[in-house]
Amino acid sequence: MAKRRERIDRPIRVLTEDIYALESLSRMIYVAAPSVFPVLFLLLLPLFTPSLYMQRVLILTAVYALLALSWDFIAVATGLVSLGQALFFGVGAYLAAILNLHFGLPPMVTLLVSTFAGAAIATALVAPCLPLRGVYFAMTTLVYPLLLARTIEATAVLGGTDGLVGIASFPNVWVERYLVLAFVLGATFALRRLLRTDFGLVMRSISDNDQAVRASAINITVYKLVAIYLASALGCFAGAYFTHLYMFVGLSAFSLDLSILPIACAVVGGMGTLVGPVIGAFVLVPLAEMVRDLGTLRVVFYSLLLVALVLFKPEGLMSFLERKYRQIERWVQV
Amino acid sequence: MLRSIFIYGLINSIILALTAVGFSLTYGISRVANFAYGALYVLAGFAAWVLLHRLALNYYLALFLAVVFVALVGAALYRFALIRVRGMPISEIIVTFALGTALVELLRFFGLFGSAYGLPPLRRATLQLLGVPVDFQRVALVVIGAVLILALWLFTHYTKIGLAFRAIAQDEQAAMMVGIDPDHMATLSLALGSALAAVAAVVVLPLGYIAAESGSNILVFAIAVCILGGLESPAGVIVASLLIGYAQILSVAYFGPHYQMIVALLAILVTLVFRPSGLFGKQKELEERV
Amino acid sequence: MTTDFLVVDELSKSFGGVKALDRVGFSVAQGEVLGIIGLNGSGKTTLVNVITGFIRPDSGHVWLRGKEITGLAPEKIAGLGIARTFQTVRPFHHLPAFKNLIVPLYSSRIRSAAGGGRWGDRDAVALDLLEEVGFERDSSVPYKPAAALPHGYLRRLELARCLALRPEVIITDELFSGLSSSEVSSLMPLMEKLRERGITLVMVEHRLRELFRLARRVIVMEQGRKIAEGPPQAIVADNAVRETYLGAEL
Ligand SMILES: Nc1ncnc2c1ncn2[C@@H]1O[C@H](COP(=O)(O)OP(=O)(O)O)[C@@H](O)[C@H]1O
Ligand SMILES: [Mg+2]
Repeated sequence: MAKRRERIDRPIRVLTEDIYALESLSRMIYVAAPSVFPVLFLLLLPLFTPSLYMQRVLILTAVYALLALSWDFIAVATGLVSLGQALFFGVGAYLAAILNLHFGLPPMVTLLVSTFAGAAIATALVAPCLPLRGVYFAMTTLVYPLLLARTIEATAVLGGTDGLVGIASFPNVWVERYLVLAFVLGATFALRRLLRTDFGLVMRSISDNDQAVRASAINITVYKLVAIYLASALGCFAGAYFTHLYMFVGLSAFSLDLSILPIACAVVGGMGTLVGPVIGAFVLVPLAEMVRDLGTLRVVFYSLLLVALVLFKPEGLMSFLERKYRQIERWVQV
Repeated sequence: MLRSIFIYGLINSIILALTAVGFSLTYGISRVANFAYGALYVLAGFAAWVLLHRLALNYYLALFLAVVFVALVGAALYRFALIRVRGMPISEIIVTFALGTALVELLRFFGLFGSAYGLPPLRRATLQLLGVPVDFQRVALVVIGAVLILALWLFTHYTKIGLAFRAIAQDEQAAMMVGIDPDHMATLSLALGSALAAVAAVVVLPLGYIAAESGSNILVFAIAVCILGGLESPAGVIVASLLIGYAQILSVAYFGPHYQMIVALLAILVTLVFRPSGLFGKQKELEERV
Repeated sequence: MTTDFLVVDELSKSFGGVKALDRVGFSVAQGEVLGIIGLNGSGKTTLVNVITGFIRPDSGHVWLRGKEITGLAPEKIAGLGIARTFQTVRPFHHLPAFKNLIVPLYSSRIRSAAGGGRWGDRDAVALDLLEEVGFERDSSVPYKPAAALPHGYLRRLELARCLALRPEVIITDELFSGLSSSEVSSLMPLMEKLRERGITLVMVEHRLRELFRLARRVIVMEQGRKIAEGPPQAIVADNAVRETYLGAEL
């Protein structure tokens, strides 16, 4: 007997974008589920990951989630491809170390300052390259982390190749764990919200057709700067956080891993959705950690996965989840 | 000192031109920025090593086969991967960059780092140039580089396929109209660009070691030369190689070895910020086309 | 009526060896409709791009109301009230048609103007604008993603994007190209309405019949140069023009 898979829209669903018909508990749950469940999941997760190793993987995942989110936001809001997420990470990481070691600021303060001031520094570095598009912009972002790393190496400032040690750690493990998770959640929701405002709509239009935006009397450089600033704030936070977590910063803060894995996460989760890259990080980073023993083969593994996905499944997990959410699938006989 | 800076600057410039010319050619014809370029360079070195030391082939045959092999890999890169994402810059960049990374890391996994692997030079000998001792390989390299670049120029200006390349580069629509298949041309351009990377590898690598690390260095050097000279501009490649080549030798002589890379990186940034089309490029104007 | 509302003086621009513009000059009066015709590659789009700031000229000047605007950034020039359409329509694909208009409505030119609309209002203003250019208000068309609109609607959307800026000048680049005759005739009343409203129109056009109904004065371009200028009848009669351009068509 031949069977065919059929997809139909769920009878319960959001009627329009902003107006919900909340008639029953099940509808309320259905409408609230996409935002409530992930939040609960993330906030409860640290309670159910007993081993130190698992906690570290969780934190690493959150850090990559931030970098992936940052990458995706740049792509959505400006249409630019960054091959240098490590720049943001590295600037935040070193800034936190300097603030802590030389000015004696406590971790919570350095985190705050590194996020906002670090983002300003990173934005200032990238700003001259903003008129560039496509491969040209990608090339400059590829260059920056390398340049900073080589300069530190050559001049032996900031600890040179040895890095800086003896940086203060967080007051306690709960702060350590929840800080980064809360930041991931907050940043994801805030950026999604932002893109839905008219300001965000202009940003998204720039990636569609920047010429038409300029012809609409809008200075796209301002919007790009805002986008890069926000994106680099996420990366700088991740870097500063990492510095305090490991009480160390070195040239690895500019490593290629930090630039590629976030892209892979974004592609796995679904480019352009913001939530997708975060989900992607939660799928990919633990996987990549499991095969850490393989050494550099790990990089081979996720680079190839990335290529396969870009070539064959570019829409990512997010579109799959969205379809599941909105539609029922069932087998019917023909 | 001055004389040796002059000589070694020239040699370094030719090495740069050799490493960059393939990247420039591919981009010039098919508008694919091949971020896997450095990886293909390393692959060529490794292939030559295997053919030479494991299969014990004749030296010249081994080098030749390594070049052919890498050209085929380049063609496959387009045929099986890039063709699917053509015209989507984000995906093109990700695919070439990630494939390059995968290849380099795979080779590193197999032990291709440090000084474990090396290729023998054409001949072990030292010559005197203007009173400066220069080994034979470097002299040969200057000659090979100069001949290759001249041959390439003749190829694109006087052969049928070379002219088709230039037609595609200038106006894809019009070229399609007269029956030139852009996918075919792009495949060839990647094959040729990769072959040039391989040629550079087999003549330059005997000066040092075959190491995975050099993958990203070569990519950065190639990009630096192409950006400064203006992507797709053959004259630009030569002038930019001379500028960067001498700047590198001078900074290495006066500041230290790390500056070789820093000079190249700065060249990329400064050019892109102040004159994105490079010294000789028309790229910027083409992109302004509304 | 002042004749020197928008003045273009001796504009030149070459790309590599190609002289896309060769000392082109003309002036437009406020409220006038000026037509620009010429073969493909004669430099019309380049002219539009130079006037609107998308390309910097090698030499020459552009004045608006006696103030020089040469070389200003495109967004500045648009902010001064010169709106333009693009030859190849590329709307903001992922946005619904009416949301496309939020972009110009969010510009400081409109936001600082009274009643420019904040937050929610902007949607209402956008829907009004779309109705004005011929989107059926009560249908689903204004809410469709721009990517799904037929070509005729995309051209209207381009015009609406210009109108959202409350422009004093609209420069159109082959607005009618790719449209069927009936689509063009349905656009004509709209163009006439714009003219009635006193908006200055500079129209680069291949559809001569329709252009000549709108424009009082036409410029003919050839290989970057202005080879003729005058009322449509004179242009049609001009021998040089006939030879190089109109030949087959009239
Ligand atoms: N950005 C550009 N870069 C290089 N050449 C260009 C550019 N824009 C236009 N051209 C050339 O300038 C000439 C005029 O083109 P254009 O202004 O588009 O003509 P039209 O709009 O009348 O068809 C053509 O030869 C075209 O190839
Ligand atoms: Mg045109």
